[in-house]
Amino acid sequence: MGRIGTIARRSFLVGSAALLGGVAFGYYMYKQPVDNPLDDDLAQGEAALTPYVLINADGVTLITPRADMGQGAYSVQAALIAEELDIELDQINVDPGPPSAAYWNTAIADEGVPFPSTDRGMAAETMRGFMGAVIKLMGMQITGGSTTVPDGFEKLRVAGAVARETLKAAAAEMSNLTITQLKTERGAVVLPDGKRIPYEALAAKAAEIEPVTDVAPRPSTQWRLVGKPMQRVDMVSKSTGTQSYGIDMRMEGMVHAAVRVNPRKGGEVISFDATDAEVMRGVQKVIPVAGGVGAIADNTWRAFQAVDAIEVEWGAAPYPAEQSEHWQVLADTIDAGDADATPRDDGDVDGLATTVEVEFRAPYLAHAPLEPMNATVLVTDDRVDVWTGNQIPRMTQSSVAKMTGVDVDDVHVHILMMGGSFGHRLEDEVVKRATELAMAMKGTPVKLTYKREEDTLQDFTRPLALMRGRGAVADGKVTAMEIKVASPSIMDSQMVERQGFPVPGPDTTITQALWDQPYAIPNYRVTGYRAPKLGPVSSWRSVGASQNGFFHENFLNTLIHAAGADPVEERLRLMTDDPSRKTLEAVAEMSGWGGELAANKARGVAFCLSFGTPCAQIIEITNGEDGIKLDKVWVAAEVGKVVDPVNFENLVAGGVIWGLGHAINSQITYADGRTEQENFWDFEGLRNYQTPEIIVRGLENRDYVTGVGEPPVPPAAPALAEAIFRATGERPTEMPFGERFGFV
Amino acid sequence: MKLTVNGVAHDVDVEEDMPLLWVLRDELKLDGPKYGCGVAACGACTVHVGGVAVRSCQTLVGDVDGPVTTIEGLGNPDEMHAVQAAWLKHQVAQCGYCQGGQMMQAADLLSNNPNPTDEDIDDAMSGNLCRCGTYPRIRDAVKSAAKNLQVS
Ligand code: FES
Ligand code: FES
Repeated sequence: MGRIGTIARRSFLVGSAALLGGVAFGYYMYKQPVDNPLDDDLAQGEAALTPYVLINADGVTLITPRADMGQGAYSVQAALIAEELDIELDQINVDPGPPSAAYWNTAIADEGVPFPSTDRGMAAETMRGFMGAVIKLMGMQITGGSTTVPDGFEKLRVAGAVARETLKAAAAEMSNLTITQLKTERGAVVLPDGKRIPYEALAAKAAEIEPVTDVAPRPSTQWRLVGKPMQRVDMVSKSTGTQSYGIDMRMEGMVHAAVRVNPRKGGEVISFDATDAEVMRGVQKVIPVAGGVGAIADNTWRAFQAVDAIEVEWGAAPYPAEQSEHWQVLADTIDAGDADATPRDDGDVDGLATTVEVEFRAPYLAHAPLEPMNATVLVTDDRVDVWTGNQIPRMTQSSVAKMTGVDVDDVHVHILMMGGSFGHRLEDEVVKRATELAMAMKGTPVKLTYKREEDTLQDFTRPLALMRGRGAVADGKVTAMEIKVASPSIMDSQMVERQGFPVPGPDTTITQALWDQPYAIPNYRVTGYRAPKLGPVSSWRSVGASQNGFFHENFLNTLIHAAGADPVEERLRLMTDDPSRKTLEAVAEMSGWGGELAANKARGVAFCLSFGTPCAQIIEITNGEDGIKLDKVWVAAEVGKVVDPVNFENLVAGGVIWGLGHAINSQITYADGRTEQENFWDFEGLRNYQTPEIIVRGLENRDYVTGVGEPPVPPAAPALAEAIFRATGERPTEMPFGERFGFV
Repeated sequence: MKLTVNGVAHDVDVEEDMPLLWVLRDELKLDGPKYGCGVAACGACTVHVGGVAVRSCQTLVGDVDGPVTTIEGLGNPDEMHAVQAAWLKHQVAQCGYCQGGQMMQAADLLSNNPNPTDEDIDDAMSGNLCRCGTYPRIRDAVKSAAKNLQVS
């Protein structure tokens, strides 16, 4: 049993409990009296348990506590449970955790929190300011897509196995047989004579007996679901327009709201005049909110029209007003020489003669999920309900409790399906604004929908970053690489400023995916510089790796070119990690790297190890008369086990498209203290006509599982930069490349 | 104001300059058409008016001069349109938020051009943004829907 045994013992009080004629399995203890020193910080309700398998007369419900932003988290979690439970995905309901039935809310006090206890422990640790945990917490949160599988791979299967064996024990008792005479398949226990007892019929009995916890998940040779193509549980609804999202929330008596908050983010409202807005059709009320104004109406569009009709005088931004000043701050930060951290320092970088120097830039970027931010809030005297799609319901719950003065246990956060996130929904300002409005509309549910412009203007963007590199080559080899990188701190902005959690120590997102790359460059140093506060920033798909992957690999390609070496061969020579090497070898083989190319075609390669997943990409472009055309991308990623090849391919291709689209087309810039871009006509990512063919391969050369929501993003931009260099003789140093190069 | 949506006649009491999108969503409670941008830059709100794909966020309800079909009217889980069936078969969706609009656009394309080339698909579909990046599957699904429509 080994590791499973440890998990079961330490963090996994596996059991069962009766719930109104049903049974819940796979209890997950949040409170750990022996192992967790943080208990004292946990409120009473936090000792709550979250079941993974709920069976009652209505059927079998699998609880998939990781939120789904489009990455297929619900499906993958359900599949891991169903694998052991011997039930098919079309026989189950999937619920993210807070079902509506009343008993559920009372049985599971903290049901709104879609974190396994490991995260919970870390959230608690964050509050106590444990630095290591903060980074891990950030890792967990920002990688909803990338951590769901690694985190649940064993736990969810164990939960399924416990439920299965307990159901068999219940059936044995009911039928006077021994457990070994029984089998399970398709949601039923099968007796030796072929008689089937559906799990539903065993629920009451299973709740009475001692749960069978001495189980081990099946070996991979026996898997029915894991590793095979699956149909995602949300695919029918999403293929027919019947999937409901947060923005579709509707309740009896609900009103619609819009806000306009100072586009100079964090600035104040000096004055406003709502005379025109107040008399518009359908407008019920104009309500000031923190940093802005809101309007309540009987229809979303009328609310939009109303807030736009309010005359507001905005205060100044608490950061430099112009974009050039932001870049200057980064340059000054590096020049001042006060390092935030030097996580890698091998050999002697200072003592070497420099042969190559570079400076690269990565801009601010908006998240811009297609579904704009929205939240529905109902405030009453002793209870608040929040319906929204977000990834931090626990923090949201405590913010709302503070704002309303309602006990935290009486704040119920219901997580709804999200129309994308990319990190945007790690923020909950929209819930805070909706709560302010709902407090002024007590007893009436208020749905706040951001206009797209508001969503963009109020976004907490990816940090902009400036990188300076010095390197050396000798005898056809890369011998030295020094990277200095400056950016504003995500931790300061997101955790400290907006969530109120102290984060001591360096901000490791600043040097993420720079210092831990598996290359044995003899002289190798990475230093991060934390810029003072600029525009507010947050986690953006792949976080620090999104800009640092570009910096590191574009620089490494520069050095390899200076050395006169082949970018695949030289990387393979430098690589210290076998699975990483195999990943790069895979794309080289897939693409036929090294073969002849037509005169106007060029290829580029890049690699990045991020979130534990090595990912390598090769892109082929055509440098034609109309501009550069992206033809084809080969991508390989090592994840230990591809749980669902269909979803895997979609996510990886989507990550590449995300990386490429922003690399060539997108940036957020400031002028007069506000974001210049407002909508998809000036911030769009990639569209269909620019999308290359993408060939994906998942590799399984390791015995542990990692995720793939984010790792395909970082290598896309530097691979393209290298291809552009080879096609044009000029190396892109700054994103978006479209500012300097023409694209089809 | 009279409005026929998915074959059902409605009488709505709204401003003539209200975009069709908000009449569908907030007045008629049809959530298939989505709000993404409000300025005809994303295609999430795409519906058919008189059989032609339009951006409902930029179509004033007073200007609607034909029957409206939303994704709910194109087909449903029990009776899918060929485009929806192809979307399901190819598992196109990630977050799925854009997909109703994508399918309405694709259905319009195929009704005019039963055998679109890659370039035709790019031309017709590039106004529909997908932030999750499902474009390769959209292309495949459009082609497979085309094939199925030709067979049937
Ligand atoms: S909402 Fe209509 S095109 Fe974007
Ligand atoms: S599937 Fe998410 S926007 Fe297209």
